[in-house]
Amino acid sequence: MTPRFTWHRLLLWAVLLLFAAWFLAPLYVMVATSLKDMEQVRNGSLLSWPTNPTFASWAKAWSAACTGTDCGGLQPFFMNSVLMVVPAVAVSTTVGALNGYVLAKWRFRGSETMFALLLFGVFMPMQVVLLPMSQVLGWLGIASSIWGLIVVHVVAGIPSTTLFFRNYYVGLPDELVKAAMLDGAGFWRIFTRIVLPLSTPILVVTLIWQFTNIWNDFLYGVVFSGADSKPVTVGLNNLSNTSSSVKEYNVDMAAALIAALPTLFIYAVAGKYFVRGLTAGAVKG
Amino acid sequence: MTSPRISWLPKLVVAPSFVLGFLFIYGLIAWNGWLSVSASRLLPNYNFVGLAQYTALFDSERFHVALTNMAIFGLLFIGGAMAIGLLLAVLLDQKIRAEGVLRTIYLYPMAISFIVTGTAWKWMLNPGLGLEHLMQQWGFESFSFDWLINPDKAIYCVAIAGIWQSAGFVMALFLAGLRGIDDAIIKAAQVDGASLPRIYWRIVIPSLRPVFFSTLMVVSHLAIKSFDLVMALTAGGPGFATDLPATFMYAMAFSRGQIGLGAASATVMLATVAAIVVPYLYSELRTKR
Repeated sequence: MTPRFTWHRLLLWAVLLLFAAWFLAPLYVMVATSLKDMEQVRNGSLLSWPTNPTFASWAKAWSAACTGTDCGGLQPFFMNSVLMVVPAVAVSTTVGALNGYVLAKWRFRGSETMFALLLFGVFMPMQVVLLPMSQVLGWLGIASSIWGLIVVHVVAGIPSTTLFFRNYYVGLPDELVKAAMLDGAGFWRIFTRIVLPLSTPILVVTLIWQFTNIWNDFLYGVVFSGADSKPVTVGLNNLSNTSSSVKEYNVDMAAALIAALPTLFIYAVAGKYFVRGLTAGAVKG
Repeated sequence: MTSPRISWLPKLVVAPSFVLGFLFIYGLIAWNGWLSVSASRLLPNYNFVGLAQYTALFDSERFHVALTNMAIFGLLFIGGAMAIGLLLAVLLDQKIRAEGVLRTIYLYPMAISFIVTGTAWKWMLNPGLGLEHLMQQWGFESFSFDWLINPDKAIYCVAIAGIWQSAGFVMALFLAGLRGIDDAIIKAAQVDGASLPRIYWRIVIPSLRPVFFSTLMVVSHLAIKSFDLVMALTAGGPGFATDLPATFMYAMAFSRGQIGLGAASATVMLATVAAIVVPYLYSELRTKR
C-alpha cells in the first residue's frame, strides 16, 4: 500500500482539493467581502480580492451598525456573550466532572439507570422545554437576563458534560481508587489528588465543547434574552436582517466574522480536542 | 467498593444535578405536554381542550409545509452529508500526506455558529450580487439562480448550507471508524487480488455498519432540530416556504400568540426524535454492559 504516482492517485487529490476549495470558499468570500467598500461589492466579483482593503466595515460592524432601531454595532452583544459563556462553561464543566466521577467510580444502585435517563437530555429537541422554561425563569425573577441564560445553559449542558467525564473516568483503572482508599483517602481527596490530575485531556475537551456550543447557541439566546442581554448570535441575526435602503453586505460579513472569531480561534489552536468532543457524543466507549 | 462510612456522600454530590436535570428534562416535557392540551393562546391558561390543538396543528397548512420541508430537507441533508462525509473519509484514509491539513479544512464549519453560516450563504446565494452575478461575469450571461427567494427552491438552499456545515463532522466520525479496522484484512484481500474500490465496497464499508448507524442517528437528530440555519438564511421565508417544525414552533409560541399550538408542535418533534433516539440509546447502553 505504498503511495505511487498513478492516475487514480491524481484523481484522488483532485477530488480532495476540490472539496477543500468548496469548504474554504465561504470563508474566503466572507473575508474578501468584509474588506471591500460597497462600491467594490457592487461592481467587483464575488471572488475578487479587494483592490484597496479597508477595515471600515469591521469598525462599523463592531460599534456602529444598526440592529433593528439600535445602532451600537455588535459590541454590546459580544460582551453579553462573554459574560454568559464564562460562568456557564465553568459551572457546567465542574458539575459534569463531579457527576462523572461518581457515576464511574462510586456507582450505587440505580446510578446507571439514572445516567441513561439523564442522557436523553443530550438528544431531546430543546423546543419542548422553551415554553415552560420561560415561565420558570419568570418565577425565579431572571427572565430576559444574562443570569437566566446562564442557568439554562448550565442545566442544558449537564447531561453532555456528565457523559464526557463519566466515559473518560470509566477508563481509569479502579485499582487507583481502591489503593487510595486503603491508604485512608476519602471521596474528595481521591478526586482532587488522583482523579483530577489525570483529567487534563477530558477537561480541555469539555471546556472547548461547552464554550463552542454556548457561544454558538441561538435558540436560547433568541427566546430567553431581553433587550440588553442578547448574545452575539442574536445580534448578528438582527444585524443582517435589518432592512435598510442599501444592504451593506460588507458590514454583514465583518459582523459574521466577529461572531465566529472566538470559536474559530479555539478550533485553530485546539482543533484536536474539539474533534474529540464531537466524536465523543456519537461513538461512545 | 463503597465503604459504608461515606456511602451517602457520592449520592449527595450527584443529587442536585439529577434532581435539576430530571426536572428540566422530564418535568418540562410533561409541562409542555400539559400546555399542548390546553387552550393557551397569548398567555398560558390551563383549560383542558383535549386534542384540539393537535387537530388544529395537523389541519394547519403552514404545519404541512413545515413537515414537507422537513422531509425534503431531511433527505437531502442526511443523504448529502452522509455521502460526502463517507467519500471524504475513504479518500482521506488512502495515506494522504497532508491529511491533517485537509481534515482541519473539512471540519472547521462545525466550529462556527449556524447563524454565521446562514449569513454567509445568504450573501453568496443572493440573486443580485452573489453567485448569479459571478457566473454572469464569467460569461454565462443567461445564468440565473434565484433559489433563495423562490418559494419552491429556497429549502434547497438551506440543505446546501446545512451539508456544507455538517459533512466534515460525518467525515470525522467515519474516519474514526475506518481507523478502527485492521489493516491486515485489507492486505489479505489485496493478496487475493481484489481491487481497492472492491475491497472498500465489499469489506470495509460493510464493517462500518455500527458507525454508520450512530452517524445516521446524530445527523438525523441534527436535521430535526435545525432552527438557527433557517432563521439566518431565510427566516422561514419567502412567506413561510422554508418553515421547518422548529421554526414553526418558534413562530407560534413566541410571535403569533399561539402557545397551545406551539406546545403541540414541540411534542410532535419530541415524539419524532424519541422514536429515533430511544432505541439507539437503549442498544448503546445494553451493549456496553
